[in-house]
Amino acid sequence: MSPDYEIVIGLEVHAELKTQTKIFCSCSTAFGAEPNTQTCPICAGFPGALPVLNRQVVDLAIRAGLALHCEIPAMCKFDRKNYFYPDLPHGYQVSQFDFPVCKQGYLDIDIEGQKKRVGVTRAHMEEDAGKLVHQGDITTTPFSLVDLNRSGVALLEIVSEPDMRSAQEARAYLEKLRSMLLFAGVSDCKMQEGSLRCDANVSVRPFGQQEFGTRCEIKNLNSFRALERAIEYEAKRHMEALEDGTELFQETRTWDEEKQMTRSMRSKEEAHDYRYFPEPDLPPLFISREWVDEVRAALPEMPEQAQQRLMEVYGLPEYDAALLTLTPETLDFFDRCVQEYPDAKTIANWMMGEFSRLLNQTNQEIGDSHLTPDHLVQMLRLVDDGTISGKIAKTVLEDMFNSGQSPQEIIKAKGLVQISDADTLLPLIEDIVGANPKVVEDYKSGKGKAMGFFVGQIMKATKGQANPALVNELLKKVLDSIQ
Amino acid sequence: MALTIKEVEHVAQLARLKLTEEEKVKFAQQLSTVLDYADTLNAISTEGVEPLIHILPIRNVFREDQRKPSMEREEILANAPLAEGFQYKVPKIM
Amino acid sequence: MELYELTVHELQELLAGGITSSAEIVKSVLARIDAVEDQVKSFITVTREQALDKARQVDAQGSYQGLAGIPMGLKDNICTRGVKTTCASRMLADFIPPYESTVSRRLDQQGSVLVGKLNMDEFAMGSSTENSAFFATRNPWDLTKVPGGSSGGSAAAVAAGQIPFSLGSDTGGSIRQPAAYCGVVGMKPTYGRVSRWGVVAYASSLDQVGVLSKDVRDNAMIMQIIAGHDPLDSNCVDLAVPDYVAGLDGSVRGMRIAYPREYFGVGVNESVRDLVMQALKKYQELGAIVEEASLPHSEYALPAYYLLGPAEASANLACFDGVRFGCRDNTAENVVDMFSGTRDHGFGDEVKRRIMLGTFALSSGYYDAYYLNALKVRRLIANDFTKVFNDYDIIIAPTTPTTAFGLGEQRGDLLTIYMNDVLTVPVNMAGLPGISIPCGFTGGLPVGMQIIGKAFDEATVYKAAYAFEQNTDFHTIKPQLGVR
Ligand SMILES: [Zn+2]
Repeated sequence: MSPDYEIVIGLEVHAELKTQTKIFCSCSTAFGAEPNTQTCPICAGFPGALPVLNRQVVDLAIRAGLALHCEIPAMCKFDRKNYFYPDLPHGYQVSQFDFPVCKQGYLDIDIEGQKKRVGVTRAHMEEDAGKLVHQGDITTTPFSLVDLNRSGVALLEIVSEPDMRSAQEARAYLEKLRSMLLFAGVSDCKMQEGSLRCDANVSVRPFGQQEFGTRCEIKNLNSFRALERAIEYEAKRHMEALEDGTELFQETRTWDEEKQMTRSMRSKEEAHDYRYFPEPDLPPLFISREWVDEVRAALPEMPEQAQQRLMEVYGLPEYDAALLTLTPETLDFFDRCVQEYPDAKTIANWMMGEFSRLLNQTNQEIGDSHLTPDHLVQMLRLVDDGTISGKIAKTVLEDMFNSGQSPQEIIKAKGLVQISDADTLLPLIEDIVGANPKVVEDYKSGKGKAMGFFVGQIMKATKGQANPALVNELLKKVLDSIQ
Repeated sequence: MALTIKEVEHVAQLARLKLTEEEKVKFAQQLSTVLDYADTLNAISTEGVEPLIHILPIRNVFREDQRKPSMEREEILANAPLAEGFQYKVPKIM
Repeated sequence: MELYELTVHELQELLAGGITSSAEIVKSVLARIDAVEDQVKSFITVTREQALDKARQVDAQGSYQGLAGIPMGLKDNICTRGVKTTCASRMLADFIPPYESTVSRRLDQQGSVLVGKLNMDEFAMGSSTENSAFFATRNPWDLTKVPGGSSGGSAAAVAAGQIPFSLGSDTGGSIRQPAAYCGVVGMKPTYGRVSRWGVVAYASSLDQVGVLSKDVRDNAMIMQIIAGHDPLDSNCVDLAVPDYVAGLDGSVRGMRIAYPREYFGVGVNESVRDLVMQALKKYQELGAIVEEASLPHSEYALPAYYLLGPAEASANLACFDGVRFGCRDNTAENVVDMFSGTRDHGFGDEVKRRIMLGTFALSSGYYDAYYLNALKVRRLIANDFTKVFNDYDIIIAPTTPTTAFGLGEQRGDLLTIYMNDVLTVPVNMAGLPGISIPCGFTGGLPVGMQIIGKAFDEATVYKAAYAFEQNTDFHTIKPQLGVR
């Protein structure tokens, strides 16, 4: 990136709120149902049907607001945002315009060890639209099909200040936001399922310039990686335009995952004028301080608090504590382990090492794997009591991860128990030593490698099951006894 | 205020109404008449008056987050001008 | 007397006394419809077989509780499950709702028998029922005159004896004005008193469903059934509904009545004014205290209404896009053309006008000057009423400035036709209950008197209306239909 320019980024994030029913009707919000099986006259926008607000939506919105350090104003209301689109049944979206449920919060992100505060302008409740199914691409499809299962699902739109200055910061913000929402228990935040969606507003200006550059909104960012790549692409495009003196237009662009580029969305509406006005079918909301306090009291432990706890109670380094508090599931896994097994650092090492590697490899979340905290603890105890070696433990962990079997079952089935019996090992060692007089000579002449050779041979002969400490001890004895 | 043909076209476009040239002329004239009438409101000062957004002194009307059966999709689709595979079918978007 | 000529409470007595059956009543009403419908043209749909079936079912039960066996008609913007609900629009010409409005469900559960769906101005936009996409309804008192609107079919059908009572909806006068023009009783309750669930919205913050009937007692009795909390309408308040009928004691002694001078001024026909003044004298004779008062912002209600109503309508009618219900332009090659083609074909001129007006009032650059300013004016209008109601129990005024006008007479003259609602619109703006009852005749046409009450005080409105009715006989005079 050119050092002469500054990138300015703001994010608009839509998080699907974790409710049983939609925001204004009692239809289920379950993901993946058959098309149009979760609709009714309200969410399908039939004439004469009326909305009634789901209390849980407001509770979750307040909870999210508190997690994002927002102010919860005493009054908020709903408004209609008017535009036509085939997936928008009413011809308007019920949203919040000038009186949102949350405003003026912030999130702290970590950028290369430096803390940076990103402002949260506001967060407001709104309804989701339905889903359009195209044959192939939207630009070429001869027709589209409309499924309204998603129509009316409750969303929280969280708008950041244009405080981010790089793709990396934007990613860190989105990761932190996701983590906060997960910890607060307000959303599943599954980007693949669309329960967390992100639009990025990107502009570029010469360093030192006060005014913002021409802003483009990028949609369709379905992963953290897409967010980063899209911002980088877009910033480069802007810089090149500024260099070349070509004009930039304020427009909405979409991220093309296949081509790894942003492209202009042909203006679906020539003129944008949403004509917001107060939703007459819904009385205003007055959120008392008691209500806010109640929600605050019920707020679960948030990542920062948890991180602090891990450092103070278990003496974990900040780095470890940060990694273990990325998601509530990770923290929960750690907490369950540490209750049964006091060596927190060892648990952390295994979680951040082998376990994390396996998760990445298989593209799974911690909750998807078969490994339970209980099994991990059992495995660590088996290492401690010498039943298995640390090396074998890695194999056992992978097996537990894949099969869900207990470590004992795996060890038994595969015969992985460590050989710690001198009577078994001694004849074996004597055989190997006796068969390699040349190496014995090397040993006697002080070549350190000789010892390693014998250990390797013994391990090979025992398929790695020999207790390494015992092998060392016995080997030394055998070699030293040779004159 | 008097609406121009251009403004009528803009409004019709926002409202997804297709107007013929004659209709544009007719509606421009008629809407201008009503807007002139609406302009009589300028005779009174509304400075400092709180807009009446909700006539009823009620607030916080909720339902509980409990699922109820949705409508049978055959029923919700029965009035559709065009449907396919239990979905509403619309012509191309672009 | 034929059965179709009777009031609901008279029919209830006959049913309770075993003198007649629901089937006979329904047959009488259907025969009356057959006899006069080509003159009045108040029905869009007559549910003949379904009505006879239900009547026989009710009869088979052997006893008649509540509204059991009593025929009803519903304005065609009230959704009836399985029965075509058109809003008198080409857009919904074939629309069969898969759900039932709360008001019709409550009446149905009470045993009332749906006989048909009644004509109206398209999507309740109009004051003459000439904006129906299908046909114009005529005033039973003079077939060359309009019945008023938008609930013109609901008023004409009751006046013509085609139905003992009906439901209408009132956004700016759409129950009271046609009730006045047709010489029947029409009540618009307080905003929030009756559920709007299943009633196709015109302007959500102003719409209320109400009753059109032959007399005040019937009206109060039906209102009793449809009023009250409904969890399906967030604005339908959870407030106990008093026993309206029990409150009808015929007395207005000591009642404080205001008549606002602004409602008797320029534009109000002299004989209309005189008849309402005579009615006020009657109230004085009956022991009420009658005084002049002022609602100073009255003249601003109508222009504000023609911004707020259309603004809400522009959104409410956006669901008619040809995707899920209603007509569709099948020739369009893409979605945008399909939307505009569908709406061009489906909506009539007045609907298009109001959608455009509302779209404009909300559009960028005009929102503050038009929409927001109108909301402020609405506050001033509501405050006017609050002040008067500090000192008075009810307000009395003419319902309309004139009697029914001729068919086609005001077509195209927008402001003239909008003026029909000048005395009823302020009541919607303030969300108050208002009833129109007959208070005399001029030129062979009925004149309506409007009684406006405090919010949620329908009981006092009914009580005052009933006292007047019991001491006059305007409600007993019927139009001479079929005598050509
Ligand atoms: Zn639904």
